[in-house]
Amino acid sequence: MTTSISQPLVLGIETSCDETGIGIVRGEELLVDAVASSVDEHARFGGVVPEVASRAHLEEMIPTLERAARDSGVALTDLDGIAVTSGPGLAGSLMVGVAAAKALALALGLPLYGVNHLASHVAVDIVEHGPLPEPTVAMLVSGGHSSLLLVPDVTHDIRSLGSTIDDAAGEAFDKVARVLGLGFPGGPHIDRAAQDGQITIDFPRGLSTRRDLERHRFDFSFSGLKTAVARWVESRRVAGADVPVADVAASFQEAVTDVLTRKAIDACREYDVAALQIGGGVAANSRLRAMAQERCDAAGIALRVPRRALCTDNGAMVASLGAQMMLKGRPASDLSLPADSSMPVTDVQSGLPVTVDHDHAH
Amino acid sequence: MSTPITLAIDTATRAITVAVARGDEIVAQGQVLDARRHTEELAPLLADCLDRAGVGVAEVTQVVVGTGPGPFTGLRVGLVTAQTFAYARGIPVYGVPSLDAIAQGHVRLDAPAAGSEFLVATDARRKEVYHARYRVADDGRSAVALDEPGVSKPADLPAEVRALPAAGYGPVLYPDLFGTAVLPLDVDAADLAMVGLARIAVGAQMPTTPLYLRRPDAVEPSAAKSTLAAGGRAR
Ligand SMILES: Nc1ncnc2c1ncn2[C@@H]1O[C@H](COP(=O)(O)OP(=O)(O)OP(=O)(O)O)[C@@H](O)[C@H]1O
Repeated sequence: MTTSISQPLVLGIETSCDETGIGIVRGEELLVDAVASSVDEHARFGGVVPEVASRAHLEEMIPTLERAARDSGVALTDLDGIAVTSGPGLAGSLMVGVAAAKALALALGLPLYGVNHLASHVAVDIVEHGPLPEPTVAMLVSGGHSSLLLVPDVTHDIRSLGSTIDDAAGEAFDKVARVLGLGFPGGPHIDRAAQDGQITIDFPRGLSTRRDLERHRFDFSFSGLKTAVARWVESRRVAGADVPVADVAASFQEAVTDVLTRKAIDACREYDVAALQIGGGVAANSRLRAMAQERCDAAGIALRVPRRALCTDNGAMVASLGAQMMLKGRPASDLSLPADSSMPVTDVQSGLPVTVDHDHAH
Repeated sequence: MSTPITLAIDTATRAITVAVARGDEIVAQGQVLDARRHTEELAPLLADCLDRAGVGVAEVTQVVVGTGPGPFTGLRVGLVTAQTFAYARGIPVYGVPSLDAIAQGHVRLDAPAAGSEFLVATDARRKEVYHARYRVADDGRSAVALDEPGVSKPADLPAEVRALPAAGYGPVLYPDLFGTAVLPLDVDAADLAMVGLARIAVGAQMPTTPLYLRRPDAVEPSAAKSTLAAGGRAR
């Protein structure tokens, strides 16, 4: 089914991790972004527990749908399409969202678009800052991913330039926060602690030596940094000295943002792209936002970072990508759409109907 | 009042199963036996059953869904599908414990004597079964649950319980531990619909809360655990 409507009204569902997100957009306009998070239930385990997340998605699905419909004043029967994150993410969590999306598509007689979570992190900026320059370089930094992407067309052509070879950037924030005795998720805690600190320690920048750059020019590594911070803190504790939490947080944060922004701008230069978009939970980081702005200004690159609430997982980003798919007349997914926990970033859409060539049977 | 049209869905056993009833009459039924493909199979099966029944989505007046117990991931696919479909159509959704549907299936298929008792035991994985005892009602046409569904190792059930005729897939998995295996092995949504309709008629409470019977597997990290190993997401 191919549909092309000038301002498609699309509902998006996101359940790839611990946020149940329902968003509704009309073309490039965000109407509502309703999110229910189970993050507090995971905090005492120090990480997301898949079964706890899946149970929460089932409990929150209808209340979140109700809230989205009520707050936007949209009647479900007026919708033009349904979009859903079909991967990557936690399998059991994805399945709740995919099944709910299919039920909506079936019950309302609407086309269904199974879309890539990472592509949605890029597409969300369209409802914030208008159409994406084509191409754009996108940097996605979250608890599960750290990738540099070249995006000629967010609805079907995304190329991976590099990604982390070990921990994701957000994961490094979470682990270092733990070392420092701060709460989960660690990103916001480190961000806050660092505001009162000085950059006093020169922590390592992963994959930045000349030799590393030959093989891993656009890749990231945060595991060595995390270990260096842990060792530094441990040696202070062994020596019986106080740990200057704010300074360690500021120094660690500086090391992460330095590498991220440097490689992102290098990618823009290499591919002659004048626009950089940053998305994912870590894009909420205030130092990253400030440093990226400074360096982009100096390099003559237009920087786009959506507001914080749209950086973390949400349904609006899925709806936004779905609306772009409808605007560009992309084919809808089949009702047999699977949840694909390891969906590669280069697959923007999944569950496309299989075209059988009847004339050329074997 | 016009005849109610009921859509029944269950995903608690190996069968992904759907039925459509017009009044008390089943007009379409379908199932796929694949305990790993609920996400893929359920929606197309739903569309197919409605199609064969000649029922448009707007004509469905109520949804009945199996609440388990059953393996969590598949169970949730059925529940969220039923709830969301009902929400989108603005119609009610009613829950029925899935083991009750198997008990109804046994009464329909084998016509056991009124007043006799039997067991339903289904696969709970991890070498355990979900189970509940039933007694055939006086009219011989339905079954009454004698206890709440439980989960345990078959060998931990009392000998007199294990000696009862047992429906469900449990006795197939553990033939040495159960008495006579009887039909059915899995839920048939047609039976689920019948149990649901009878309960709706008497205004019973029918929550759609999943019967997990187990807590999520998760351990709180102990203080002694290395700060380097922990943190981040538990994968
Ligand atoms: N201010 C901040 N500074 C640094 N990191 C942050 C900040 N706010 C959030 N984060 C980090 O972002 C991550 C959460 O990102 P997000 O909400 O995108 O979820 P996710 O499940 O990790 O995403 P994805 O599924 O896209 O990988 C966490 O690791 C968190 O510590």
